[in-house]
Amino acid sequence: MIEILVSVLLLVGAAFMVLAAIGVLRLPDLPTRMHATTKAGALGAMMTMGGVAFYFGDSTVAARAVAIVIFIFLTAPIAAHVIGRAGYFTGAKLWAGTIKDELQERYDPVTHKLNSGLEELKHGQPTRTGKGTSNQ
Amino acid sequence: MLNVVINIVYLMLSLALLFAFIRLTRGPSLPDRVVALELIASIVVGYVGVHAIDTGVASFLDVAIVIALTAFLAAIGFARFVERGGVKND
Repeated sequence: MIEILVSVLLLVGAAFMVLAAIGVLRLPDLPTRMHATTKAGALGAMMTMGGVAFYFGDSTVAARAVAIVIFIFLTAPIAAHVIGRAGYFTGAKLWAGTIKDELQERYDPVTHKLNSGLEELKHGQPTRTGKGTSNQ
Repeated sequence: MLNVVINIVYLMLSLALLFAFIRLTRGPSLPDRVVALELIASIVVGYVGVHAIDTGVASFLDVAIVIALTAFLAAIGFARFVERGGVKND
């Protein structure tokens, strides 16, 4: 019974990791690739660790497996955010079919500060990025 | 039954590793390569977990913890390097 559960967890986890790898290989630009790897890859690793915890059925092993799961759960989004931010600053090209880039011209390239696009309204001058800007 | 499943899982993870490696070598920019490296680290964590089940040695989980930690620190370091004036286009 436990064997079936462990088998299912391992297979599904490995399937998610294969999906993440196919995504990182096939998708067209940096944000879409990160969309594939950070979610599917982390979920695959977490399900594999769940399988390990069920297989050994020991509290110390399960505690370590849960610690790995929590660690991946905490760090994967942070790492993805930091890499995506760095990629955006260095001008990684977006896919040609991108419809909307909300961050366009909102980032100050020198100070790396994100503007909301409403700052200049305070001086009574509506800007051209006043509302809902996009590059389409 | 579990032995067969473990072999299949090894095969699938190897395939995923191959795909991620292709992106690592081809990736047009440095952030693409960092993303591929992070995925490779996730896959290796999975490998270590499956290997722990395969051999029955639970101590391999410590290796998985260390790999996850190293991958996170490497991703942060690479991102800082790229953002604070590293190579724009390798």
